Amino acid sequence: MIAYLLRRIVYTLPIMVGVALVCFALVHLAPGDPLVSVLPPDASAELQQQLRTLYGFDRSLPEQFVTWVWRALQGDLGTSIASSRPVAAEVLTAVANTLRLAVVATLIGFFFGCLFGFVAGYFRNSWVDRGASLLSVLGVSVPHYWLGMVLVIVFAAQLNWLPATGAGPGGSGDWAWDWEHFKHMLLPAITMSVIPMGIVARTVRALVAEILAQEFVIGLRAKGLTHLGVFRHVVKNAAPTALAVMGLQLGYLLGGSILIETVFAWPGTGFLLNSAIFQRDLPLLQGTILVLAMFFVVLNVVVDIVQTLLDPRIARS
Amino acid sequence: MSAVLAPAAPMQRSRGYWAGTALRFVRDPVAVFAGLVVLGLFGMAIFGPWIAPSDPLNGSMLGRLKPIGSEGYPLGSDELGRDMLSRLIVGARLSLFMGITPVVLAFVIGSAIGILAGYAGGVTNTVIMRTIDVFYAFPSVLLAIALSGALGAGIGNALLSLTIVFIPPIARVAESVTTQVRGRDYVEAARASGAGAFTIVRVHVLGNVLGPIFVYATSLIAVSMILASGLSFLGLGVKPPEPEWGLMLNTLRTAIYVQPWVAALPGVMIFITSIAFNLLSDSLRSAMDVK
Repeated sequence: MIAYLLRRIVYTLPIMVGVALVCFALVHLAPGDPLVSVLPPDASAELQQQLRTLYGFDRSLPEQFVTWVWRALQGDLGTSIASSRPVAAEVLTAVANTLRLAVVATLIGFFFGCLFGFVAGYFRNSWVDRGASLLSVLGVSVPHYWLGMVLVIVFAAQLNWLPATGAGPGGSGDWAWDWEHFKHMLLPAITMSVIPMGIVARTVRALVAEILAQEFVIGLRAKGLTHLGVFRHVVKNAAPTALAVMGLQLGYLLGGSILIETVFAWPGTGFLLNSAIFQRDLPLLQGTILVLAMFFVVLNVVVDIVQTLLDPRIARS
Repeated sequence: MSAVLAPAAPMQRSRGYWAGTALRFVRDPVAVFAGLVVLGLFGMAIFGPWIAPSDPLNGSMLGRLKPIGSEGYPLGSDELGRDMLSRLIVGARLSLFMGITPVVLAFVIGSAIGILAGYAGGVTNTVIMRTIDVFYAFPSVLLAIALSGALGAGIGNALLSLTIVFIPPIARVAESVTTQVRGRDYVEAARASGAGAFTIVRVHVLGNVLGPIFVYATSLIAVSMILASGLSFLGLGVKPPEPEWGLMLNTLRTAIYVQPWVAALPGVMIFITSIAFNLLSDSLRSAMDVK
């Protein structure tokens, strides 16, 4: 077991290096001079050279990569070209905002996904099952940015119950766990939760159906266990996979929140990425993507480890 | 099931695999429905400019943001006074093109990479699959947006980024089915009888792996449609004034307080397309009996 876990962690290191390489390559993939957004059009050759040296663009690519990774390991992701602020600080604030949203969304999605999935899997081919399956197809098919717009239209523009954009009253970026802030979170969180809901529902339905078809369930029933008793066994057997799916969905939401954050002007990583892209702020783009991708890689390992701890059969196979 | 109900019936000559698949597909009402919707969408994409009642590119500033059901504007008009119905119909071409092309390209490239890795095995497999793992480590939306963000807006760049996003998952599926098939007896037999690697792949492997890979690829079309429109929605894909659903959604966002339901229409088209492709893919999976 410990050998398995160690192997899993060691195996991640080359992937992390690869991820860093891809993020680094992004900047050099970009057409045009990375300094184009800060340089005045009539900049002298001398000034250009100065800035190039300042941002390290004058050195060889491998050298730049090693320096960049070395600094990143120490928590220095460089300086944003557009705002001249440290990238790491900007990314951290944004990650905190996105994480808050993504965690709430994942929990909502997980709860309803499990509910629909269990009901559908338990009463297979009944009308409840069909309804739940339809709902999960709709959940995975809906363009979430459009769903966000529709929710804004209904609850903000028409009914005027909830605020349309922002993370807090008066556009303040500071978070607090009170009703006013929660109201701002409600629409984006619900929009975001639809994706994990559909996927969790699909997975749980298949799992439950598979578990119910196994012999030990017949054994439990023959033993005279009540429905509730059998249900407990089913939940126990479905839990590791369902939790793993939930963990991965959190990662997808964190990385994929850009569209929803744009709709709701939520001050998270998606919003940051968006401004980095349109201001051609390459260090910021690079840093944000690196942090999000690394988070996803680490999350994958954590999910694997937790799953193995919950279900030791995985390590043995 | 029918064999159980009618045990006395004489044994029928077994149908071919494709005939059986087609029959199962046609008997599935959901499949037929989804298939018809997709056909309709393709019809719009091909014949759009001839069906559309008005000019999708030029509108009148006097007819800006008309509500649904106005005279001359059955589905209202957009922020530049262009007829929404015409734009939605004509928009099918570019929207479907942007959504389907990356999956087709990724299907070809990803299958080739995956089959190569699966059939070659050993070091080749390790090198290819570890590289694929790196791209797999990015959430797909993030990778698509990061790539098109770095490359810059435009149809070509959006297609390129989405293709890169879909190659890793397809290659993974291709690799895993090929690895399974490679160990089968008939492949061993072909090798023992002196067939070259190319012949074995062409005759014995391809026919057995393309089905599952194809079914998997079709399940990505819905995701691709949503992502491709999403890129245009962010301003990273199609550029104005081309009619494309994601871009229309973007430009109409400012109008949600004036004509909310007109502004939401392009999203309905994306939603319908994505549902149809998801249902079609699910039905195809069960008809082709792929796990």
